Amino acid sequence: MSLLELETVTLKFGGLTAVDRLSFCVEEGEVFAIVGPNGAGKSTVFNLISRFYDPHEGAIRFDGHDLLRARPDAVASWGVARTFQNIELFDHATVLQNLLVGRHRHRRSNLLSEIFFTPSVRKAEIQNRHFVEEIIDFLDLQAYRDKMIAGLPYGVRKVVEVGRALATDPKLLLLDEPASGLSVEETTDMRWWIDDIRRQMGITVLMVEHDMGLVSGVSDRVLAMADGAKLALGTPAEVQSDPAVIEAYLGRAA
Amino acid sequence: MRIVFKTDYMQDIRPWKDGQQLTLYLLLLAAAIAAPWLLDVFFLGELTNVLIWAIAGLGLMVLTGHTGQASLGHAAFLAAGCYANIILMESGMPFMLAFPLAGILTGFAGAIIAIPALRLHGIYLAIFTLALSILVDDIIVLSDAWTGGVGGKFAPPVNVFGFEIERWGTPGAFYWLVLGVAVIVTLGYVNLLRAPLGRAFIAVRDSEVSAQAMGVNVARTKTISFGLSCAVTGWAGALMGLYAGAFNNETFSVVISIQLLMMIVIGGLGSIHGAYFGAIVIGFLPQFLSIAKEYVGAVFGGSSVAIPGLEFGIFGMILIAFILLEPMGIYGRWLKVRTWFELFPFYRKDMFKRQKSYLKTERLR
Repeated sequence: MSLLELETVTLKFGGLTAVDRLSFCVEEGEVFAIVGPNGAGKSTVFNLISRFYDPHEGAIRFDGHDLLRARPDAVASWGVARTFQNIELFDHATVLQNLLVGRHRHRRSNLLSEIFFTPSVRKAEIQNRHFVEEIIDFLDLQAYRDKMIAGLPYGVRKVVEVGRALATDPKLLLLDEPASGLSVEETTDMRWWIDDIRRQMGITVLMVEHDMGLVSGVSDRVLAMADGAKLALGTPAEVQSDPAVIEAYLGRAA
Repeated sequence: MRIVFKTDYMQDIRPWKDGQQLTLYLLLLAAAIAAPWLLDVFFLGELTNVLIWAIAGLGLMVLTGHTGQASLGHAAFLAAGCYANIILMESGMPFMLAFPLAGILTGFAGAIIAIPALRLHGIYLAIFTLALSILVDDIIVLSDAWTGGVGGKFAPPVNVFGFEIERWGTPGAFYWLVLGVAVIVTLGYVNLLRAPLGRAFIAVRDSEVSAQAMGVNVARTKTISFGLSCAVTGWAGALMGLYAGAFNNETFSVVISIQLLMMIVIGGLGSIHGAYFGAIVIGFLPQFLSIAKEYVGAVFGGSSVAIPGLEFGIFGMILIAFILLEPMGIYGRWLKVRTWFELFPFYRKDMFKRQKSYLKTERLR
């Protein structure tokens, strides 16, 4: 059984079919990349998995259960975490606070115990902090721990967002263009991190990415999309040499 | 510069940074407790007023400063708390029961109102709450069997652990009562901010989309925030009623709502300090103005001329000046001044400049 299954998923915005009868499976432990030209519906697929949109047709299953029954805020507690294409961090909070928000799905305390900050809340806070510190260590964010997001450079924000998603302790990590706007060195770092996330932490990664160097370097399988539909699915090399993919990117030879 | 070396997670979890900071706050608290012996009756009354405004400001700060939902209708909840407290006391309930209950009832009322209201965003929510504030004025007049309508009500003296407390008879004891409430509310607020719910508030304020993706139930979080905010505001309202002694439908007008919102903006949105700083400005501005007027009058003559709307005019100008020059409020300015001294002579002018924010994800719905 696959970790994530999409079955003939269709989403329409008015007359525009953003995702057209798309089916694919993500196996546990793999890095799965989605590529495609702008407007192919890659981010929309992410928003469907995050339950921001309801598909008009089709099924999404996670770990064998119907994900479409989950409310948008429950998706995280199912073990699906994500980052955003245009960085959606909590700007007027510190890096540490941002990462701790990632622990929210593990909250066991209620309003009253938090107002009195009971020993159990304190214990949970220490555990949360411990978990978050491991991520800070993993992503080399020590220098930024108490810095406000609003003052951080773009590349660091990108990493903090990955860290925040990891802080939820997910089974599946959705990375929406993790390398966009990053320098060559930062992209290389990201590549090793994605590799380590899969190998060390055992987290399955589903990512949308334009940087083919990163995609072919790190992913096991690639899905190419155009106009909301599947073009090709296979290893990076297979997809890159697929005539339909070349046509979608470069156009037909005259 | 003072650097705190951290060797334990508790150093970040406990509310104070180090012993020095704790000492300062304890000294401040001691000074506050000693105020009735240090100040004369007039200034003690003013200080009590400032503290009551600060409690109301803390209430609005939860909602506006930390959850990012503007409310122009919090006078409605001041009124609700005030009337609930007095009506409960008149029905024979002792103050020590009626007072907490008044806040809790106001909180529940707020949470129920929040369920439809918080589907609105930004300016629309502000308009909705503004309407609420106007509506409550009418409701008080219409239900005059309970509220005394336009004639209003008088606050009875209250009994705390066997002590009769009254605003004019025992100003010291009344001040301590208000101080006690302020301290308890502040401590609860501090605790909340270092717990998951407080972070969820901030998450909802800064990005609802990603708060949701992190597993925060946005609607529920906003509702809890509204409820908490209203409960604290209700307590402030109850104290305001006792402080004023007499009140009617006009005591808690829309103007109070607007004043409350301006207060926390001037004080500094998103900080507990901001509520107190703002309350000091609001509380002492009328006194400051009358002293300034007297002085100007003594120099140029004409001190007896009453200028209608002077207070609000000055207040509006202060607000505009803050929004233009110091959007972080008095607390933001205080942080800068403190950093200047801590780093002297290495403070740079652009230290607090914020980098431009990047593109936001398009609205999803």
